[in-house]
Amino acid sequence: MSISRRHMLLLLPAAALAWKHVLAGTPESSPNYTMSQHWWGMLIDLTKCIGCGNCVRGCQAENEVPDGYFRTWVERYHVLDYDIENPHVDSPDGGKKGFPPTKEEGGKNFFVPKLCNHCADSPCTQVCPVGATFISPDGVVLIDKKYCLGCRYCVQACPYGCRFINPGSNTAEKCTLCYHRITKGLTTACCESCPTGARQLADLKNPNDPIHEFLKTHSVQVLKPYMATHSKVFYNGLDGSVR
Amino acid sequence: MQSFKDSEHLLRLAAVFVVGIVVFLVIRGFLVPKSFGEYGHYRGDAISDVAAKPVNFAGHEMCEACHSDVFDKKKDGKHAHVNCEACHGPQAKHADDPASVQPPKLDTAKLCARCHEANAAKPKTFPQVVSADHSSGMPCDTCHQPHSPAIASADTGGAK
Repeated sequence: MSISRRHMLLLLPAAALAWKHVLAGTPESSPNYTMSQHWWGMLIDLTKCIGCGNCVRGCQAENEVPDGYFRTWVERYHVLDYDIENPHVDSPDGGKKGFPPTKEEGGKNFFVPKLCNHCADSPCTQVCPVGATFISPDGVVLIDKKYCLGCRYCVQACPYGCRFINPGSNTAEKCTLCYHRITKGLTTACCESCPTGARQLADLKNPNDPIHEFLKTHSVQVLKPYMATHSKVFYNGLDGSVR
Repeated sequence: MQSFKDSEHLLRLAAVFVVGIVVFLVIRGFLVPKSFGEYGHYRGDAISDVAAKPVNFAGHEMCEACHSDVFDKKKDGKHAHVNCEACHGPQAKHADDPASVQPPKLDTAKLCARCHEANAAKPKTFPQVVSADHSSGMPCDTCHQPHSPAIASADTGGAK
């Protein structure tokens, strides 16, 4: 009798956890969307970016990004012609409220929007100890909030500084390439709100996507190619000073 | 058989191990989600978890379904490729319930300056003005129609 009671006590917490799992159920999936038919990336045309900050505000409105944290942000570069190694970079509040007038005389000035590069060979997913972050079959780096421990390995591993710990949930957070939108046939919030078309969502597996023609006819770069991350965010008109 | 005479305690130990392993496997079977490993070393359902989030930006195709008059006005102007929600903000709630959720009225004096205030870092080909000189603080829609901002004839144009 005493043995069965002990076993009962051992089994109760396990049974409670299992029941919680059963109650959680499975969320509804997007119909008419086949992951294997897509390979997502983005094209950023720096010759069109005006630093208005619409993408930053749009991202925050779409994804409830907490204040002071950014899934996408805009940097302003000021590069003296003889000092390409030492650009002056500023990004007041991530460019969310636009930029104050550019004061510096001489050299060149330009804006660089940044976001998760959705690397095909991403350092952040390789360091996750619990399988909470991963590259989806359609090429988007995502986070499983239920599995994330908030250990910050991925935040350190990202060479582009695109991850942060959400102060509310204490889990890692990052750009999802608006996965909830692109699987419904919409474009991302940043592309939707970009007034000049400087940002364009690209499906590299779709032969009719204008990205292919653009990549063929323009000099396109990725950030930090020497990191061999196989970034899928392509920059047109990227200056050598951009880090 | 002589050598296994006192082996009963070993069998008991083995039984404890077997029970332990079985209990571990049963608990593991309950705790590891079915979709784990479906696509890789992660929970496959996490993908649909992320995809299940509701949208806030309705998308310009949704806008066009009702507001085709605005699209007609826009299509020949400079703002033809500026999506509605770039200025009007996320309007998925308005699209779901157009009667009760109305988009806020926009202040063109602030809104237009977001893009068109002169800044040396902007591409040189992009139309920019110093708003203090250009309109001395007057709202831009005094002269420009935001949906098609070019001023039609010379005599109506220019800031006062």
